[in-house]
Amino acid sequence: MIDVAGLGRRYGDVVAVDGVSFQVATGELLALVGGSGSGKTTTLKMINRLVEPSAGRVTIDGKDAAAVEPHVLRRSIGYAFQGVGLFPHLTVAENVAVPLRLAGWPRERMAARVDELLALLELDRALVTRFPAELSGGQQQRVGVARALAAAPRVILLDEPFGALDPLTRDRLQGAFDALRRRLGLTAVFVTHDVAEALVLADRIGVMRAGRLVQIGTPAEIARHPADEDVDRLLDTPRRHARVVASRFENQP
Amino acid sequence: MSEALALLPEYLSAHVRLTLAALAAGVLLAVPAGVLVTRVRALEGPVVGLAGVIQTIPALALLAVMVPLLSGLGLPGIGVLPAFLGLVLYSLLPILRNTVAGLRGVDPAVLEAAAGVGMTDRERLWQVELPLALPVVAAGVRTATVWTVGMATLSTPVGAPSLGNYVFAGLQTRNSASILTGCAAAATLALGLDYLVRQVATGLGERRRGRIAFGLVGLAVLAAWAWSVGSGPSTHGARPVRVGGKTFTEQYVLAEILAQTVRSQAGREATVLTGLGSTVAFDALVRGEIDLYVDYTGTLWSTVMRRPAAAASRERVLEEVSAWLQSNHGIRVAAALGFENAYCFAVRRETADSLRLRSLGELSRHAAGLRLGSDYEFFSREEWRSVERAYGLAFREKRTMDPSLLYQAIAARQVDVVTAYSSDGRIDALDLVVLEDEKGAIPPYDAVVLASSRIARESPEVMAAVASLDGRIDAARMRTLNRRVDENGLSAKAAAAEFLK
Repeated sequence: MIDVAGLGRRYGDVVAVDGVSFQVATGELLALVGGSGSGKTTTLKMINRLVEPSAGRVTIDGKDAAAVEPHVLRRSIGYAFQGVGLFPHLTVAENVAVPLRLAGWPRERMAARVDELLALLELDRALVTRFPAELSGGQQQRVGVARALAAAPRVILLDEPFGALDPLTRDRLQGAFDALRRRLGLTAVFVTHDVAEALVLADRIGVMRAGRLVQIGTPAEIARHPADEDVDRLLDTPRRHARVVASRFENQP
Repeated sequence: MSEALALLPEYLSAHVRLTLAALAAGVLLAVPAGVLVTRVRALEGPVVGLAGVIQTIPALALLAVMVPLLSGLGLPGIGVLPAFLGLVLYSLLPILRNTVAGLRGVDPAVLEAAAGVGMTDRERLWQVELPLALPVVAAGVRTATVWTVGMATLSTPVGAPSLGNYVFAGLQTRNSASILTGCAAAATLALGLDYLVRQVATGLGERRRGRIAFGLVGLAVLAAWAWSVGSGPSTHGARPVRVGGKTFTEQYVLAEILAQTVRSQAGREATVLTGLGSTVAFDALVRGEIDLYVDYTGTLWSTVMRRPAAAASRERVLEEVSAWLQSNHGIRVAAALGFENAYCFAVRRETADSLRLRSLGELSRHAAGLRLGSDYEFFSREEWRSVERAYGLAFREKRTMDPSLLYQAIAARQVDVVTAYSSDGRIDALDLVVLEDEKGAIPPYDAVVLASSRIARESPEVMAAVASLDGRIDAARMRTLNRRVDENGLSAKAAAAEFLK
């Protein structure tokens, strides 16, 4: 379980995140949505201290995140990066194995685990010796998620892991990921600016604006009682798109 | 030519030793320094700036500056050490700059990913940053390799043998085959080393073990060869007598004459270390880094003793110089060879005839319309100030060039007056007219063999052998010997042997 209390981050006079508090139950997926600059990525990075909070506290499974060495904390949390963040000089297999190597796994177990993860994310075994630059965008994203899951973390942070993919690939990957995280019982925080994606994947949604958490709840709760007009419009976007699309199809001569 | 090639293993191996050692030290210093300045930002400006400043010092000057610097610290000021240090300093910049650029060039997203998966700073450096910076760092090492090979040829004047010995000796004795041999060997070495370093670098980058091994084995074989040639056992138990020499033909010949005389008459092994700067040679003798060399009383009088040129006789100057050297440095004048090699002003015969020039006094009236060519040191020597004072010479233009080029310059009418050396064979060969110094502004320049205090104390047999040369070489003889080398293309060694036969 993740407990975020009064989290804030300032850069000089600029307040990037201001007094954000929420809890994510074990096995739950919280999606943080909001526009660019709303503070969702900064909030995510404060959970594993890629960004040090200026205020507030993060507690993971009862332990204060600030009391642990940052690299130790990060090894216990899977992290899938916006823009993938694979190491360009390492092969697919080596990229996936990085967290295992850091954790000091023996070589044979490492190889077996890499095979298992590739299978889990439906990646072709033939890719293991390829370098990231030789993969398609979708394959890279999958390798990124595989790496985040490698050391079997109980908590996982994802920052737009399915951005910049073609719609079909994205759809398939979202489905695969959803099944996987439910099966593994992962506690997850998921940042996206795509409301439809949040509605599909999240148990609960947190809406952020200008560094603040404006509203948090299940998709149904937020849809029924939006905090304000903007939240209402934001949550309604996918449905509005659907209606426009439907009306276009009907009006075809 | 075959004589030149016989020296190739010695010069090439010395060059390889110097280059590889300097490069290894350069990499070991510059890469960590590059890593450090990318961690501690405040250091980047000063460190990279300092390396840049070192780079702007002309290579030869950097090596030359090592000589007094090391001597001041009580370390050997001539030989391999100053050359090695100069080369290390010079190799720092390209490696340092590329290390910094390589590390800075790593995508910040990749760095964040490294932190995100839980790497410590050290793990991130070794597993992510250095591997990704490697191609850029390797390019810097390759630049340094080529520079170092080239610059190592300049270590000859500070007393470290290298392929530069071919170039310097060839330049002084007008032996273009020797110069070309040195250039070709240095270029081949640079290409070869660059090739091997590239194999290692691309092997690491592409993770091809075969290539890495090929490059490393190549470098190791080269190093093993260079060090095995260099550290061959000396033939005698006693330390060989080290004969020094400055950077002009006469000095190459005299050094050979001394070495051959020591070998044949004292039965001691002797090595020759020529191409030394004028004061480098004297300082080396003071510190016992060389044992014997030939200098000139007038040079010692004005440059070392800093006495103003007085119209003193040859005998008196020789006497005073000997006494001064003995009491101040324990250096002994082992022989006066019997000729003078004085600075003198010379003009083409047609110039002398058309302007009716016979003396410096007459020259002073025409100097404003004439161009003077001189060697590197003359204008900063006491003799020049003394001549200026005595005759008030003010030339239209003063040009400085390598002594070996002075004669070509006056023959080609690029200058009208040169400061020549009175024993030089080319004065006769080019039919130059030597102008009389009627006021005695330039001191006498008797060629004398100086012996270090140790050789004077410990090796009477060497002193006796050298003494046998006393008065044996008169001016005509010396000019002939110089001409044999400069005009007839004989090697200094062969000319010396011819004389001693």
